[in-house]
Amino acid sequence: MSSGPAVPTPGPAVPAGDDHEGTEVLGPAEVNRSLTRIAHEILERSKGADDLLLLGIPTRGLPLARRLAQRIAEVEPGADAERLVGSLDVTMYRDDLHRHPTRSIGATELPPGRSVDDRVVVLVDDVLFSGRTVRAALDALNDLGRPRSVQLAVLVDRGHRELPIRADYVGKNLPTSLAEQVRVRLAETDGVDSVRITGGAR
Amino acid sequence: MTTYLLRGAAPLGGAPTDLLLADGRIAATGADAASGADARTVTVDAEGLVALPGLVDLHTHLREPGREDAETVASGTRAAAAGGFTAVHAMANTSPVADTAGVVEQVWRLGRDAGWVDVLPVGAVSVGLAGTQLAELGAMAHSAARVRVFSDDGHCVHDPVLMRRALEYVKAFDGVIAQHAQEPRLTQGAQMHEGVVSAEVGLAGWPAVAEEAIIARDVLLAEHVGSRLHVCHLSTAGSVEIVRWAKARGIDVTAEVTPHHLLLTDGLARTYDPLYKVNPPLRTAEDVEALRAALADGTIDVVATDHAPHTREDKDCEWAAAAFGMTGLETALPVVATTMVETGRMTWAEVARVLSATPARIGRIDSGPLAQGRPLAVGEPANVTLVDPAARWTVDPRGLLSASTNTPFGGQELASRVVATFLRGRATVLEGAPVEPEAVTR
Amino acid sequence: MRHLLSASDLDRDAAVAILDTAAQMAATQSREIKKLPTLRGRTVVNLFFEDSTRTRISFEAAAKRLSADVINFAAKGSSVSKGESLKDTALTLQAMGADAVVVRHHASGAPHRLAHAGWVDAAVVNAGDGTHQHPTQALLDAFTLRRHLVRTADEPEGVGRDLTGTHVAIVGDVLHSRVARSNVALLTTLGARVTLVAPPTLVPVGVEAWPCAVSYHLDEVIADQQPDAIMMLRVQRERMGGSGEQAAGSARHGATGFFPSPLEYTRTFGLDARRLRMLPEHAIVLHPGPMNRGLEISADAADSDRAVIVEQVANGVAVRMAVLYLLLAGERETWG
Repeated sequence: MSSGPAVPTPGPAVPAGDDHEGTEVLGPAEVNRSLTRIAHEILERSKGADDLLLLGIPTRGLPLARRLAQRIAEVEPGADAERLVGSLDVTMYRDDLHRHPTRSIGATELPPGRSVDDRVVVLVDDVLFSGRTVRAALDALNDLGRPRSVQLAVLVDRGHRELPIRADYVGKNLPTSLAEQVRVRLAETDGVDSVRITGGAR
Repeated sequence: MTTYLLRGAAPLGGAPTDLLLADGRIAATGADAASGADARTVTVDAEGLVALPGLVDLHTHLREPGREDAETVASGTRAAAAGGFTAVHAMANTSPVADTAGVVEQVWRLGRDAGWVDVLPVGAVSVGLAGTQLAELGAMAHSAARVRVFSDDGHCVHDPVLMRRALEYVKAFDGVIAQHAQEPRLTQGAQMHEGVVSAEVGLAGWPAVAEEAIIARDVLLAEHVGSRLHVCHLSTAGSVEIVRWAKARGIDVTAEVTPHHLLLTDGLARTYDPLYKVNPPLRTAEDVEALRAALADGTIDVVATDHAPHTREDKDCEWAAAAFGMTGLETALPVVATTMVETGRMTWAEVARVLSATPARIGRIDSGPLAQGRPLAVGEPANVTLVDPAARWTVDPRGLLSASTNTPFGGQELASRVVATFLRGRATVLEGAPVEPEAVTR
Repeated sequence: MRHLLSASDLDRDAAVAILDTAAQMAATQSREIKKLPTLRGRTVVNLFFEDSTRTRISFEAAAKRLSADVINFAAKGSSVSKGESLKDTALTLQAMGADAVVVRHHASGAPHRLAHAGWVDAAVVNAGDGTHQHPTQALLDAFTLRRHLVRTADEPEGVGRDLTGTHVAIVGDVLHSRVARSNVALLTTLGARVTLVAPPTLVPVGVEAWPCAVSYHLDEVIADQQPDAIMMLRVQRERMGGSGEQAAGSARHGATGFFPSPLEYTRTFGLDARRLRMLPEHAIVLHPGPMNRGLEISADAADSDRAVIVEQVANGVAVRMAVLYLLLAGERETWG
């Protein structure tokens, strides 16, 4: 534009850093195990996959939702992973847009022909922290329709909630300090599965 | 009356010498100057300064009467003195228009009373600048203002018959028609030079041919009736070619260029800042180069400012709504120094020719007791401008003396600066600051 | 991005990012609930010095669907009538706390003045200035072209892609058209090839510096070059000579038309059923509206299934949502 920086282009949300910085708390095997466990818990709780819809929150919630759907389809007869999973972009519902540079908007996509109405929707994200992303997701979901119930699955819960929100399925609870950062990397987006804690005095 | 001894000044940039200004004349030069000094003599250290004959502007808009909110004769001539001028021609497009002996005498008296420079009113060619009926040119010529330059500037004398009559009529008193060459139909609604930039920024184009076609017609008319023609603010390479051709043919034509057309180009319209909106419009870099070459080789005879002050509300708006024009009295000499002297294309003697001697001759004010544009020689009227050729200064619009701030050179660094101006031996500017006439003469 | 003043200010990546954002916005507009909370508490002023109901309601819909407060300010005032000055209007908007000013003005460069003269802090969006620019029109045209011409099996909306490999003919009054100027800049930035087709009187002097080809022959361009899209520009009545001028009751004495008659224009530069048939099968027809049916475009062409003119209107809202989002959603940049 005539002054000021150009429009931000879509790309990885997390800044690149040293891949070996900080402490690894989950490796590929642990991530894999956690997801398998969560998939089983979801199936158990919702008694089958018929009404189930897994909505991943971009960027890293989406591949996690896909992996969960795959695992569910593997064990649940008749379930089609493709029809179980969608994406829910929450950018335009965030309450902190004014505090950050302009974010690029991700896609909201439901499986072809499916709506959220009367489904059991499981929101999937990588890290649960303040709870504000999940609040935005609930608002976004509200504009899409009226699910029968909404549940939340996260790979990591690092605490420090600012809203009355809790996860129904947690891969790993990670007590952290506010000075620390949790970096989740996934094979689909970053080439490798890993959760590391960086910063702080550890 | 105070006498001044200018020590170590370099006349026309030549060998330094002393100049003694006494009783309105250059009383002595060289060794005689110092010995002619007495107790009343103020010595001015002019070491390193160039002495020029007082500058003469053929083309100034002083706005009075009518637009005293933009400029008055007093404020404009004070600015002129600060720019090194000792005489300015005040254009006729005032309100009321200077198309009668009464108005030109009023302007002339305002100039005389202000005392900064000689004000030579320009008379309108046509009544009310309307381009239909000749104004009373003879009455203006024979008035106290002794008008010799006639122009509808701001408007073109478009009607070829009216132009022919005007050219013929002023021969009776050795007058000259100064034509604002702008074919009106080709420039209806025009905003800027028509070319690559106008196509890009979407401002209505002002084709070069609209200027060139009128100049071509007028030089042929002048040849046909054997009259003297002056072309105002020539701005295109094509106009230069036509004037060059006309001169080679022996046609009695002179031409002027403004300082801004020697430096600025149409690319500035990309800012949409109406400070760069001017008539004729800023042209291309090729045109600028042609104008510089023509000024250096004498095809263009003079530099004239076209000083056109406008109030802030006439410039603080969108381009199309803004007025045409730029101020220029205080930046003219520095722009010429920057574009022509610093680049080695002209000497200071040639600067004196284009900014003093030739404009005075075209205006027929180069003889008599009030003569302007005379050589810096003993016995001549003491109209002297001292210039510091080594000075570098950045133009601050608020630091200029014109009542209006619409200079296009704000923030630009220019070479050389006027240090002192003397009008018939009286200092109007000393140490770069104006000297109020009251304090000296009354 | 601080302002959107000209399509030439956008580089390829910035333009693609706007189109991609618009694609997400468009997706939300097919839902039952179209309103998003994104710009709650932000104020968008539509400052229109020139009537344009279409553009105004498009910006208004875009702002409202993002939950911004919208103030419509129809300002009269031209260099002729000497109404309130642009500066005073700007100072008024500043006092009202406008976060963005969407400005339509008859003077080229007025939005640029508004953005850069220091009168307002608000982001300025050019909604059409004189014969200069209309960047959101070019963006919506590019968006429409991309949807139709560069979609792939993977990506039906063409997201992430530019217009490389496409050829667009823009036909009509290029001289006075801000739509043409904006589109030449944006479409070529996005990799498209552009050919302008117009009578020589309606091509600006200086066009040789534009990154496009110019032709005076519509039939040749269609037959020999088979463009992928053809964009018909509106012809203003006052540009006509002869009978057209009389029909419009023009009071402009001695105004010389840019072409001899409407009939001759239509015959030479109008898009009719015959020329439509000469276009390749996949080619689409665009028009920025409002159309002069029977002049630059025949009813056959305007109503054919190749015409995407109505879709352009819908895409206009999505593109303007994207622009407002990108200008207003992020943190305020510091300036001064």
